[in-house]
Amino acid sequence: MDINVLITYIPLYNEALLLTFKIGMLGILTAFAIGLSGAAAVYFKVPVVKKILEIYIELFRNTPLLVQLFFIYFALPKLGIRIDAETCGVLGLGLIGGAYMIETLRSGFESIDKVQSESALSLGMTRRQMFGSIILPQAFSVSMPGIMANVIFLLKETSVFSTISLMDLMFTAKDLIGMYAKTIECLFLLVVYYLIMLLPISVLGSFIERRVRYAQFGD
Amino acid sequence: MSEKDIEQAEMLVEVKNLHKEFNGNVILGDINLSVKKGEVVVVIGPSGCGKSTFLRCLNGLEKIQGGTIAVDGLYVEPDKKDITKIRQKIGMVFQSYELFPHKTVLDNVILAPVMVQKRDKKDATKEALELLEKVGLADKKDYYPRQLSGGQKQRVAIVRALLMHPEVLLFDEVTAALDPEMVHEVLQTMLELAKSGSTMIIVTHEMAFAKAVADRVVFFDGGEIVEESSDVKNFFENPSTERAKRFLKTFAYE
Ligand SMILES: Nc1ncnc2c1ncn2[C@@H]1O[C@H](COP(=O)(O)OP(=O)(O)O)[C@@H](O)[C@H]1O
Ligand SMILES: [Mg+2]
Repeated sequence: MDINVLITYIPLYNEALLLTFKIGMLGILTAFAIGLSGAAAVYFKVPVVKKILEIYIELFRNTPLLVQLFFIYFALPKLGIRIDAETCGVLGLGLIGGAYMIETLRSGFESIDKVQSESALSLGMTRRQMFGSIILPQAFSVSMPGIMANVIFLLKETSVFSTISLMDLMFTAKDLIGMYAKTIECLFLLVVYYLIMLLPISVLGSFIERRVRYAQFGD
Repeated sequence: MSEKDIEQAEMLVEVKNLHKEFNGNVILGDINLSVKKGEVVVVIGPSGCGKSTFLRCLNGLEKIQGGTIAVDGLYVEPDKKDITKIRQKIGMVFQSYELFPHKTVLDNVILAPVMVQKRDKKDATKEALELLEKVGLADKKDYYPRQLSGGQKQRVAIVRALLMHPEVLLFDEVTAALDPEMVHEVLQTMLELAKSGSTMIIVTHEMAFAKAVADRVVFFDGGEIVEESSDVKNFFENPSTERAKRFLKTFAYE
């Protein structure tokens, strides 16, 4: 392995990392927003929505992200909807992630005993107050491990972005290998950069998990 | 407060021909019960006879299929817009305490007064600490529920209900989940409340306590009121119905 090659490539990888991370984070935020509103809609038994969400969840959890991205990036323009690659990445990640987040949060909500909500209601709270102050904080800390697992899963999924020509880590590695055939160096950097992105998040995840659990339930 | 549904209601709680079903099964047949201000009514009866359901109907946690419930002159209907206003008049204490596990004792008790009644936080805290002091728990104000014993949790739950200044308090077997040595401290708190003039509807299996606290006993069985008596002592010694006799006999060894 040639150190000089590594050093020359590092700036390119840095840029790719930033792009991957940016799209990853925006996608995850989108996923979380979808997950929270979807799970809340299920919790409040909003009519019709539950059925629609079931279809959405099954559809997105049972097709690969790659296929979803192809659909958004190549098929939608044929229907007159043109979306740039970055938005497409965010959207794709947000949609598949949303499906997982709904499931994670929904089971968190379900794990909170019904009497808790009755106890809140009997104090004169509105359903909105009950949800925001009593159910959500508890469900959130129950769901924390699942949420963190989803986050890491989604960041890893960003590796398929290269297929829609986003210059992410995977794209950069493949591109460089194609041009200069420094395969070992390129793949080495690829692994290192994914670890740079994911390891801190794993560590942060278990930290938050512990904090949410213990700070909230006071032990 | 909104206009009354019943002008000049004489009774604080007025239940007329209450009918409650779950999926076609009649749970409460045709309940009539009125409670005066300051009165303590104890509801007893075998398990599964609908006592909890009755209390839950009173604060609109359950829909009813017939009859009316009025509290302080306002009809209780779960889907009504001002149901949250009505519920503020009705304090409820559950068998399983139902403190909010992610909040400290103090936050548990001041949450609703501040959020729902828009009371000043300092003012609510001051009163909360006074009430916690009264039940001997002021030093636990920063604890989380899981750090308390069952009896302590239940006293916090009672304080939480009281801080809303309700017109009437509902207690659903609040000592049933407690270890015997903790039952006393909770019952003592309730007894003091009764003495101070609170209006209370209490479901309990503690017969000695029932005798001590009740202005009136109501005996439920099979979803109906079988016997009702304001001569509490006499009821326990000499109930007039066969069903009440049989029920009280199951406690005879006490
Ligand atoms: N949510 C519910 N759905 C269906 N049946 C219920 C529900 N809640 C209570 N019941 C039934 O109603 C009856 C009365 O229950 P409950 O009011 O809890 O009795 P008690 O408090 O006197 O023991 C029981 O037969 C119980 O199975
Ligand atoms: Mg019960």
